[in-house]
Amino acid sequence: MSKKEKIPRQDMPEQDPKVRAKNFNEVPLGYTEEQAVLEAKRCIQCKKPLCIAGCPVDVDIPGFIKSIAEEDFIGAALKLKETNALPAICGRVCPQEDQCEKVCVLGKKGEPVAIGRLERFAADYERESGNIMIPDVAPPTGKKVAVVGAGPAGLTIAGDLVKLGHDVTVFEALHKAGGVLIYGIPEFRLPKSIVDAEVDYLEKLGVKIVVNAAIGRVKTVDELFEEGFDAVFLGVGAGAPVFMNIPGENLSGIYSANEYLTRSNLMKAYRFPEYDTPIVRGKNVVVIGGGNVAMDSVRTALRLGADNAYIIYRRTEVEMPARTEEVHHAKEEGVQFKLLTNPVEYTGNENGWVTGMKCLRMELGEPDESGRRRPVPIKDSEFIIDVDTVVVAVGAMANPLVASTTPGLEINRWDYIVANEETGETSRKGVYAGGDIVTGSATVILAMGAGRNSARAIDEYLK
Amino acid sequence: MNRIVKNTRLSENVFRMAIKAPEIAAKRKAGQFVVIMTEEKGERIPLTIVDSDREKGTVTIIFQVVGKTTMCLAAMKEGENLFAVLGPLGMPTEMENFGTTVVVGGGVGIGVAYPIIKALKEAGNKVIAITGARSKDILILEDEIQEICDRLIVSTDDGSYGVHGFVTNVLQDLIESGEIINRVFAIGPVPMMKFLCEVTRPYKIRTIVSLNPIMVDATGMCGACRVAVGGKTKFACVDGPEFDGHDVDFDLLTNRLRMYNDEEEEARKGCRCNE
Repeated sequence: MSKKEKIPRQDMPEQDPKVRAKNFNEVPLGYTEEQAVLEAKRCIQCKKPLCIAGCPVDVDIPGFIKSIAEEDFIGAALKLKETNALPAICGRVCPQEDQCEKVCVLGKKGEPVAIGRLERFAADYERESGNIMIPDVAPPTGKKVAVVGAGPAGLTIAGDLVKLGHDVTVFEALHKAGGVLIYGIPEFRLPKSIVDAEVDYLEKLGVKIVVNAAIGRVKTVDELFEEGFDAVFLGVGAGAPVFMNIPGENLSGIYSANEYLTRSNLMKAYRFPEYDTPIVRGKNVVVIGGGNVAMDSVRTALRLGADNAYIIYRRTEVEMPARTEEVHHAKEEGVQFKLLTNPVEYTGNENGWVTGMKCLRMELGEPDESGRRRPVPIKDSEFIIDVDTVVVAVGAMANPLVASTTPGLEINRWDYIVANEETGETSRKGVYAGGDIVTGSATVILAMGAGRNSARAIDEYLK
Repeated sequence: MNRIVKNTRLSENVFRMAIKAPEIAAKRKAGQFVVIMTEEKGERIPLTIVDSDREKGTVTIIFQVVGKTTMCLAAMKEGENLFAVLGPLGMPTEMENFGTTVVVGGGVGIGVAYPIIKALKEAGNKVIAITGARSKDILILEDEIQEICDRLIVSTDDGSYGVHGFVTNVLQDLIESGEIINRVFAIGPVPMMKFLCEVTRPYKIRTIVSLNPIMVDATGMCGACRVAVGGKTKFACVDGPEFDGHDVDFDLLTNRLRMYNDEEEEARKGCRCNE
């Protein structure tokens, strides 16, 4: 046994920072088979695995890792897919350091098993083998379920319900399925071909996906019931941008992160003019915020050719909600961090284009309701940063398009849908909700967990 | 995919297109719009729904060729498919019997004015339409609008047809003639809407404008289309596209519409649709 523990945690090869800062290709390159087997052998196969409890979708982690250790890579992928419809995605974007890997026993004395990297390896191996197994689905139940929103929550529940024999249709407002996986997360972190493959897999299972259908506009939830759907799941995300409402914020060159990333990722503006949608290729780009979306935006700015790409954040690095790995990647690539800094006003030129950002320096005061120390402005600390492009990445809020057209659907004071945490049940019979539209902005995996829970509840409801 | 049922040239640069989209046709109201993409690599552009035919399941748009997407759209033929059509989007025109209304359409904006005129008539209003263009050969929809309104005044900037002058002059004259006007709708190029609002402001006639900022998703997700109305930021795609013109910051709109001038020029030059 002691021999096993001597294997060090396997690093995953990555593109060189100088090279990758100029391209949109994926940054981490994935394990080789040898590395994956070595890493898998580090797992001590706990009798009472804590890692499973740390996973929002209860993946049999020791089980799939054992398969990898035995070089049964397809078997590992199948094990993953028993509970996780989107393993290639989760292996890349889950915050494993806060979930499964955080509770891994090996982590107590040394480094935890690289569960995320192994998950990615197994899913990639299966996909690249071209040998994707389509599991048997239960006989048709004759029940129809409408899923609104083709993001992580919606895709997960669609996969689960179709396997149980229900007739599932997913309605997506954009022209492509995937939600935040397509419009939000950049290619260099999650290649779109992987999302396409996962969506393709769901369609092969029998899920119908209707794009260009904005529920709330072209039809309401009530009209879906009238059309014969027996249950409706709302997984519409927290898709509305938050601005700071400071003077000058509507100047040209100032984007919400949603717009900046949607242009680059969904519309592929980084490949303009091959693709028609343009994006401003700023030279001095400031991204405001400290989350993953801010990191995605600032790293996109670098790749679009920025000379200076800054993160401006009003607290310190410790309080940043972004994954450590993303902050690390951003720094390696040359992003400049201006911490304890808060913008208060923009100035523009005669054409209405942003040229300057007036900021205040901050210091940390007493903890606020989030438990983090509240940033307090330092008196007379104003200074100006020269900018030509700004991306506001300070959060997102609920898009009221669906809730406002669904009478009797209870929402809270931030317009999020009120739903049972375990089941996703809402105040309307037969209507379930999950993901960011219930919790506010969270992670891909939590939305998937919500989709999973609602799938069980809807299946019960339809019996 | 949505099939093009008909594509007709109305003037040198303006086209009318009927598109198969039964669900949108069944649901849409005056003032709403669709977002279209001609192809997968294309841009998403918003276009007002001018009319619909529920039985045939079609919606009609009128567009002017200004950039690559509209160049491609103009070149598309009956039977071909658009990559994407999303709608109906935006808030419908606030509609009731206001009394006497004036609807002013300028240039391609005459197309946007058409459904508002139609809905106002159906709601029982007296509707005076004023349509204007630079010259006679680019004036559109004269017969169609004549048919549905109570009175139509046509003007051209160069005097080649109708009243010689701008629509602002026509509206000014109409007000000064003593006509009691309860509401004005102004749709057209940004400077035209801006000046029409200045015509009605002293008389405190509520004036509704339809704004056309750049949009991406057009469902309230991105904020590209933000406009300032009464000092507050609004998203034209979900809060509009119609607003009280006396509160709109038209200069901001003008600036934001110019944001991609260079890229639009580059895309236009690269377009091979007309070859």
